Amino acid sequence: MRHDIVIIGGGPAGLAAAVSAYENGIEDILILERDERLGGILNQCIHNGFGLHTFKEELTGPEYAARYIDKALNYGIPYKLGAMVTEVTKDRKVTYVREGEGVVTIEAGTVILAMGCRERPRGALGLPGFRQAGVYTAGTAQRLMNIEGYKIGKEVVILGSGDIGLIMARRMTLEGAKVKVVAELMPYSGGLKRNIVQCLNDFDIPLKLSHTVTCVHGKDRVTGVTISEVGPDRRPIPGTEEYYDCDTLLLSCGLLPENELSKTAGVELDRVTGGAVVSDDLETSVPGIFSCGNVLHVHDLVDYVSQEAERAGLKAVGYVRALANEALNEHAEVVADTDGESGVEASGRIRIKGEGGVRYTVPQFLNYESMDEKVTVRFRVGDVYKDRSLVLYYDGEEKKRMKKRVMAPGEMENVVITKAGLNGKVKEIVIRVEE
Amino acid sequence: MEQLDVIIVGAGVVGCAIARFLSRYDAKVLVLEKEEDVCSGTSKANSGIVHAGYDAKSGTLKAAMNVRGAKLIRELSETLDFPYHNNGSLVLCRNKEDMPGLQELYDRGIVNGVEGLRILSHNEVLAMEPALSEEVVAALYAPTAGTVCPFGMTIAFAENAADNGVEFRFLEAVEDIQKKDRGFSVLTDKGSYETKAVVNAAGLYADVFHNMASSDTLTITPRRGEYVLMDKEAGDLVGCTIFQLPSKFGKGVLVTPTVHGNLMVGPNAEDVEDKADTETTQLGMDDIKKRGLMSVPTLPYNKMITSFAGLRAHGDKGDFVIGEVSECPGFFEAAAIESPGLSAAPAIGEHIAGLIADKYDLKEKPDFIDMRKGFTEVAKLSNEERDALIKKRPAYGHIVCRCENISEGEIEDAINRTLGAKSLDGIKRRVRQGMGRCQAGFCTPRTMEILARELNIPMTQVAKNRPGSELLRGEADET
Repeated sequence: MRHDIVIIGGGPAGLAAAVSAYENGIEDILILERDERLGGILNQCIHNGFGLHTFKEELTGPEYAARYIDKALNYGIPYKLGAMVTEVTKDRKVTYVREGEGVVTIEAGTVILAMGCRERPRGALGLPGFRQAGVYTAGTAQRLMNIEGYKIGKEVVILGSGDIGLIMARRMTLEGAKVKVVAELMPYSGGLKRNIVQCLNDFDIPLKLSHTVTCVHGKDRVTGVTISEVGPDRRPIPGTEEYYDCDTLLLSCGLLPENELSKTAGVELDRVTGGAVVSDDLETSVPGIFSCGNVLHVHDLVDYVSQEAERAGLKAVGYVRALANEALNEHAEVVADTDGESGVEASGRIRIKGEGGVRYTVPQFLNYESMDEKVTVRFRVGDVYKDRSLVLYYDGEEKKRMKKRVMAPGEMENVVITKAGLNGKVKEIVIRVEE
Repeated sequence: MEQLDVIIVGAGVVGCAIARFLSRYDAKVLVLEKEEDVCSGTSKANSGIVHAGYDAKSGTLKAAMNVRGAKLIRELSETLDFPYHNNGSLVLCRNKEDMPGLQELYDRGIVNGVEGLRILSHNEVLAMEPALSEEVVAALYAPTAGTVCPFGMTIAFAENAADNGVEFRFLEAVEDIQKKDRGFSVLTDKGSYETKAVVNAAGLYADVFHNMASSDTLTITPRRGEYVLMDKEAGDLVGCTIFQLPSKFGKGVLVTPTVHGNLMVGPNAEDVEDKADTETTQLGMDDIKKRGLMSVPTLPYNKMITSFAGLRAHGDKGDFVIGEVSECPGFFEAAAIESPGLSAAPAIGEHIAGLIADKYDLKEKPDFIDMRKGFTEVAKLSNEERDALIKKRPAYGHIVCRCENISEGEIEDAINRTLGAKSLDGIKRRVRQGMGRCQAGFCTPRTMEILARELNIPMTQVAKNRPGSELLRGEADET
């Protein structure tokens, strides 16, 4: 079995990539989704606020997903549910396991990685205390409440102010629970400003910055938590302990791109994002394997996931076409496997670096020859900055200086690079936060 | 009142090993356990190490049972099909002055009958384990040491015992044991039993029962040990189990691959008052992490996926307390089973079962089943085998736990086998659902549904382990 484009993941990234690939002329697509429905995590995000950029209206998560699912279904793009991919190889063989089918290996002209991310669990945080019931990651709680329809707690403390945690603070309050406090280790929130206003402030839920949980009490079920203030070194300050009675602790302490499959294919990963290192066409270090959405880097808004995934779909189409042309010339796979034109290892590439407050950039490289006229580079900053500038350097020379009123780690920033401005000579682009 | 031949108090690894060796004989045996599953106390939270046997003082029960137990584990891991890996161990010596201590371990090992011991030079050790600290002067290499799945082994013993007719009752706590003219009355929170013999395998609580039968008072102190566990990505940083030269607080901090391929560091040793105090502490975790770095300086703590604490049943007699209490005939015990208790467990089981069989002249069953087939681990099969299996049973193709690649079929197996799981922890210990890097973030809701369906209970009754640890607080209000 062979398909031109195999997309791993049927969430917002995978769907947008599929729709885009189809609209750009490739119909031989297969989406492999491990869950029992398309749409990914959007299905459990029943709050509104999605799609303001893409559709100029406010949608709920399922509504946003439905826009893409409907298109995919209308186009008749093939997909498989309950299909768990177990391996992707360098030469783009994709193996999945599925009830009713067994173990199936397919060959792919291109692979688009769109597996999304997972939540950082309690264990990775090293929270002291018993291993009791009642400690949930915010997303698990969201699923149990919004999809399965259960109450998970009556009195709640939330650790971490990531967006899902903020959304769940409001959601649980609306369901009748008492959310006592949101504690955040950092001196700033990891979530969107609008979520702090709409989910905490509007419900009088206190947000304690520079605080963390120092003990989870209760042997069988959570009976309370102790939170403490932390110093600049992020370590608890003795004597600042406060005890909260509660039966539930929610964790919203960061999302981790789920790149286990990318590793099986030998895809190079970025230590900061946890996602693949990609060029402007979203191709990874392995030719013919593309990455987009939260598996590439954790996004703040799904609109940007869709935009990115659409590009991945488009660029995968280009790759498939190049392969086909090569095949006509009886040099099949040459471009894909050996030629320097493809993959981020190619020569003539321009390195993009984040420095001085810019934690990372996606993409990490530009291929000057093949790049579009305009490429959007997205990144996050490592602290809250007020009235600073984002400065763009081309080979050490200041190219552009952009005033920014506020920048925060919870919100993605971007700069647009134009091909014309690079004039074929630039080797390195640096983005910095400066006074 | 029910009439038994033997009542075993406690379904930890020792109680289950005794039950398994007793099940060879024609006798009516009942195991009483206060928790909802086997392997719920000390047996579930320990290093999972099969010690070679050079640690314990020569001539002690610890030494004898350790060496014999390690041999039995190797054999039984085949016949009873539980995860065991003979990876060998190293005891690191970091200072020249401590070399006599290393030599002492070697000499003791020879006396204890440990095979293949060798003292390796700095270069030999680093060649074998390049991740170790450059400061290592020498090390004691024990090729017979291994790692074992403590849950897998305990469950294997229990299942095989049950398959051979031993009965297990859970959530039933023994409250009193009374000596009668012929045998004992055992009173629990649910009823009472008459039995010819009693076996005290009550772990941390074994002192309570010991002191009912013996005037030689035993005190068991819970000695807490904390561990951190890292992602399988870090699992091959070392191949052997790496010990540090023992101190007065036990064996120090070890760094080891687990039998399932994670990397584990721990334990510390802290005496606590509460026999259920399995709390982890910031201080404790910081301490073991720091000490682990002394053996392996590049330990990737950013790959930590969980931490936990276990309690060792530390007795005040300096050795295991094993045998029949002389002033109370028919009262057998295996008490104060601290390290190397896991390694010794099958030897203790064999020994106690032998004593009971001799005393009551028990006959071997002609139809004893000495083999047990372990859980089907679908992800470990070749693609061809896996494919064939999924075609035969589609539920093996429905992956529920994505990190460990555990299918719905395997979760069903965990619930529906002999002495099946009744809780999320029970499933986790049998088939590793939720043991991976997301720590059950994604698979908890689905696993709860499967458990509710298979046990025919409402979702709101699904618990992490014992009653009181239910996950949900009710159904959403109607709107």
